[in-house]
Amino acid sequence: MKKLILLSLITLSSGLIAYSQKEARSIPSANVKDLEGNTVNTKKFSNEGKPMIINFWATWCTPCKRELNNIADIYDDWVEETGVKLIAISIDDSRNAGKVAPYVNGKGWEYECYIDPNQDFQRAIGFQNPPYTAVVDANGQIVWTHSGYKEGDEEKLLEVVKKVAAGEKIEH
Amino acid sequence: MKLHKVITIVFVSLFSINYSYSQSIDEIMNRGEVHGNFQLDLQYYQEDSLTGAVEVPEDVLMNGFANFNYTNGNFSAGFRYESYLNTMLGFPTGYKGNGIGYRYASFINEDMKITVGNYYEQFGSGLIFRSYEARGLGYDNAMDGMRINYKLAEGLHVKGIIGKQRFYFDYGEGIVRGIDGELMVNDFLGGKLKEAKTKLTLGGSFVSKYQVDQSATLNLPENVGASAGRFTIQRGKVKLNGEYARKINDPSADNGFIYKDGEAFFAEAVYSTKGFGLNLSAKGVDNMSFRSERNAALTDLQINYLPALTRQHTYNLLATLYPYATQPNGEIAFQGELIYKIKKKSLLGGKYGMGILINYSTVYNIDSTAIPSAIDTSMQGYTTNLFSVGDDKYYEEINVEINKKFNKKFKGTFTYSNLMFNQAVIQGKKPEDYPNVYANIGVLDLTYKLSKKHALRVEVQGLFTEQDQQDWGTLLIEYSFAPHWFLAVMDQYNYGNEHKNSDGEYDERIHYYFASAGYSKGTNRIQVGYGRQRAGIFCVGGVCRNVPAASGLTVSITSSF
Repeated sequence: MKKLILLSLITLSSGLIAYSQKEARSIPSANVKDLEGNTVNTKKFSNEGKPMIINFWATWCTPCKRELNNIADIYDDWVEETGVKLIAISIDDSRNAGKVAPYVNGKGWEYECYIDPNQDFQRAIGFQNPPYTAVVDANGQIVWTHSGYKEGDEEKLLEVVKKVAAGEKIEH
Repeated sequence: MKLHKVITIVFVSLFSINYSYSQSIDEIMNRGEVHGNFQLDLQYYQEDSLTGAVEVPEDVLMNGFANFNYTNGNFSAGFRYESYLNTMLGFPTGYKGNGIGYRYASFINEDMKITVGNYYEQFGSGLIFRSYEARGLGYDNAMDGMRINYKLAEGLHVKGIIGKQRFYFDYGEGIVRGIDGELMVNDFLGGKLKEAKTKLTLGGSFVSKYQVDQSATLNLPENVGASAGRFTIQRGKVKLNGEYARKINDPSADNGFIYKDGEAFFAEAVYSTKGFGLNLSAKGVDNMSFRSERNAALTDLQINYLPALTRQHTYNLLATLYPYATQPNGEIAFQGELIYKIKKKSLLGGKYGMGILINYSTVYNIDSTAIPSAIDTSMQGYTTNLFSVGDDKYYEEINVEINKKFNKKFKGTFTYSNLMFNQAVIQGKKPEDYPNVYANIGVLDLTYKLSKKHALRVEVQGLFTEQDQQDWGTLLIEYSFAPHWFLAVMDQYNYGNEHKNSDGEYDERIHYYFASAGYSKGTNRIQVGYGRQRAGIFCVGGVCRNVPAASGLTVSITSSF
């Protein structure tokens, strides 16, 4: 009898998993705040059918700032080449949230910036430590993710964005 | 036999739902997604008489967890499985064994979101309520109960919470309930105001906790309420925001069971434009420790969030030797941060420009007068004014950070910090044995790109002080091969330590060497390290914990899907 219960459970869950396992995933829903304090739902992120990069950072995270500053130097070229839009999500809490806008402007970043003050979007995406990068395709599907940053990682990111812009399939 | 038949029928029908009718439910199921992440940290401990690192009876200690989240349209549910076999040194020892530390289900109906089970939530800046997690520190005060987030009208959001707080694999005794409203005035009133340049947001919240009074000697309040009001006003490049909170009498182990009300405020002015940013902030806290159990200590069962108003550092000598932690019983703090980008093609800016960041912060006690216990019939403890700065300085720091790119291959960051650290107050030590620490710290962080994918990074750090453990130096060399590999070696040397043993030898001039290597592909990361870790304070996201000296091999694996 126990075996049967187990079997039913396995059958049910295997069905569930089979349906839910897809190669890409949509952007999960969470409310974040823009630098003007407006609440925006992450489902509304869009770049008119062109690729998007969603990057999580924090003012206290050195590799995060290194990554976004490195990309800032070449961001114009990326936009021109692929039409990409980078969305930078700061996971700073109330300790540092007020330093986000001065940092973003002070560095002259041209990214679309939001703050996720209680890490709701971070939890919905599901990662622990920033930086964390996701590439979103024309259909709003996350097709590539990466955690951490090493000098030169932006080359790989650009490669992925180019492929997404060209509508090619992405493999890790 | 009958039961057996029933189950057979259930099994068959489930089977058919999955396979025969898959077409009809395909559409619903297809919207569903399962995602999660995983982390495992493991350490093999070795004894090290030099640093005082001990061997553990288990040889190996491990912390790990995995999150699983299922979403389907407006429905989501998930859980986190946690393992502490046994808890690594330095982590709160309350974590033991395996368990489901977090599970929830939620759905959105029109403009209302309902969550049952565990949740993390925050009211305003957190002065009276914030439930959050900092897994790296073992901090988790997740609520377990119910939550409603409701958009009542355009520009008007209300949150209601009720529940008990997580206490390792158990709950705190108290019940926490609260309500928060936020009104974005422009959106709410609509019309022309929506497009107005000046935007105003107002917010208010109330939180109360209930805990039975079991005291034989005191008449303790069973319900303790706290309320807060806040505003944000923004016009173009300028933003002002502030929050004030008050808590009624809340005798606890933290405040020595006094019946004085608690108060706190936070005020901030921000100005930023392209190439320039300025942030000025002030914070005052008086008797604002707020926990769901009167006798809780350390980081247990905190209802509110009172982070330090100082710069949060990451270079290790700066971050782990003398970090400030908020004194919830009373402090007043000020901070200013300026960020400026010197233009490209200017004298100092060169080809790529140059970035400068200056941060100043200082923290004092609040001027207060103790009430002699003989006349303190209502047990107030002391009298004070939240906005009066006292004479006792807890912390002061000025630091300057300069970023410069020299050419396409070579760039660097230079950081200088001068700080004063009152270890008697911050770390609860005896003032006669532990004088204030005055330190100068310099960090040079240089990166050289050998090719598009290969890079070498060197960090040289020096900390100079006459007090505590005297001078320290750190050298870090990191070689990375994007996108998969990195190798790093580090030596932290307490070369100036003046402590002598009975033979007159300097016995604490210890090298803390550490070597690590990591491999990452996509979101899988494996990191292995070997060496000595210095005892110190480890802080993430405004929470700090003491980590003992350790020696041995560490393995860390993270993944997500």
